[in-house]
Amino acid sequence: MKQTIGVLSLQGDFLKHKTAIENCGHRALYVKDRETLQKCDKLIIPGGESTTQLLLIDKLGLREALIEFGKNKAVMGTCAGLIILGNTREHLPSDPLRLIDIKVKRNAYGRQVDSFIDKIQLDLNGKRAEFEGVFIRAPKIMDLGKDVKPLGYLGKDIVLAANKHILVATFHPELTDNPVIHRFFIEHFA
Amino acid sequence: MFLDDKDFKLKVGLAEMLKGGVIMDVTNAEQAKIAEDAGAVAVMALERIPADIRAQGGVARMSSPKMIKEIMKAVSIPVMAKCRIGHFAEAQVLQSVGVDFVDESEVLTPADDKNHIWKRDFKVPFVCGCRDLGEALRRIAEGAAMIRTKGEAGSGNIVEAVRHMRAVMGEIRRITNMSYDELTSYAKNIGAPLELIIYIKENGKLPVPNFSAGGIATPADAALMMQLGAESVFVGSGIFKSEDPEARAKAIVMATTHYDDPDVVARASEGLGEAMVGLEMSEIPEEEQLNKRGW
Repeated sequence: MKQTIGVLSLQGDFLKHKTAIENCGHRALYVKDRETLQKCDKLIIPGGESTTQLLLIDKLGLREALIEFGKNKAVMGTCAGLIILGNTREHLPSDPLRLIDIKVKRNAYGRQVDSFIDKIQLDLNGKRAEFEGVFIRAPKIMDLGKDVKPLGYLGKDIVLAANKHILVATFHPELTDNPVIHRFFIEHFA
Repeated sequence: MFLDDKDFKLKVGLAEMLKGGVIMDVTNAEQAKIAEDAGAVAVMALERIPADIRAQGGVARMSSPKMIKEIMKAVSIPVMAKCRIGHFAEAQVLQSVGVDFVDESEVLTPADDKNHIWKRDFKVPFVCGCRDLGEALRRIAEGAAMIRTKGEAGSGNIVEAVRHMRAVMGEIRRITNMSYDELTSYAKNIGAPLELIIYIKENGKLPVPNFSAGGIATPADAALMMQLGAESVFVGSGIFKSEDPEARAKAIVMATTHYDDPDVVARASEGLGEAMVGLEMSEIPEEEQLNKRGW
């Protein structure tokens, strides 16, 4: 069945996520307010600048609505989206949404000159696959809560993880043409 | 084609992350912090903002690495810095310092009156200005990962930014309606590589993000440029030359996110104090117009 996937479009590469969702055969909706959020089956928080996105979330009064949504419905966050969904306040203007119990270090691999593309190993509920990970000023997951499951690795680093409703990636699946992670999110999370 | 190279993909990737945002000119760590707290997606570190470069005259060069490093230390968002057109050694220094984006900028005094930097060889991504589509595509061919329409920096006057954005977007629309056999002579006439013209015909957009710069002074200016097709805006002198930089910075961020919602732009435009004083283009002699620099 066709689902409506919202993309939080306050700032960042929301267009790339919209394209990825549509390539999976589903409907994408730009979300900038509560009314639009309520129309969505799932939500994606895109890459971009986490400080900017979080400031705008608060200024537009979206915080409570997003937390409520994430407790009941599926949310995916990539890069900045992961920082916003995680548990670490460091260098952020306000509290992150704390919808997934992960400790995060921002810009953990360095600045833009240290950004890289490398093969990562996915383990999507027993289905193993290789994926091209695009890491741009990427964060690192430093620690996982008990209810959080690792789903992808770059060497020893966990780069993809999930709890019941929330899927997070330190890299940018939306910047590759391979739809496997978007499809996994759309089909296996509720 | 080079557009598919991994390194180029990484450079354009960062530009993608900056979309829907405001990049602000700052001259010290304190201003950088104000910009970050107001919601800037990146800051441009430079010693003098364009309005002061214009007023003071003299040769404008790359900023000192010490000052750039202080700004890099003060904020967690990406830091950009400017080098002179054609001055690849300044660009090498900026890459070594570790800035996240280099702006090969007409705001500084050009170092080469014929050539721009060959940007593909750098690890750091570049943004370059343009006045029309031919100029944009020449810069992309050299390796620029982001294009910004030039406008007229330090003028506080949006008219040139509008002219340049309309020129670029209008030509893109024209190309999408051309037949393939018309593309070669078109490419020749605007001095752009054919393969990039073909990309535009097939995709209806530039192969890299297209931002706007040069003259944005109010929230409505930002909304105007976004509606004309800009994917983000650079605000140079417009913030720290205004009466209340902090309030104005926040307002321009809000107007950029909600550029298509006039109610939000209206609310953001209230109570900001005076905007920077603007210059009528006819007051700026042709040889002093920064947007004429670049080839």
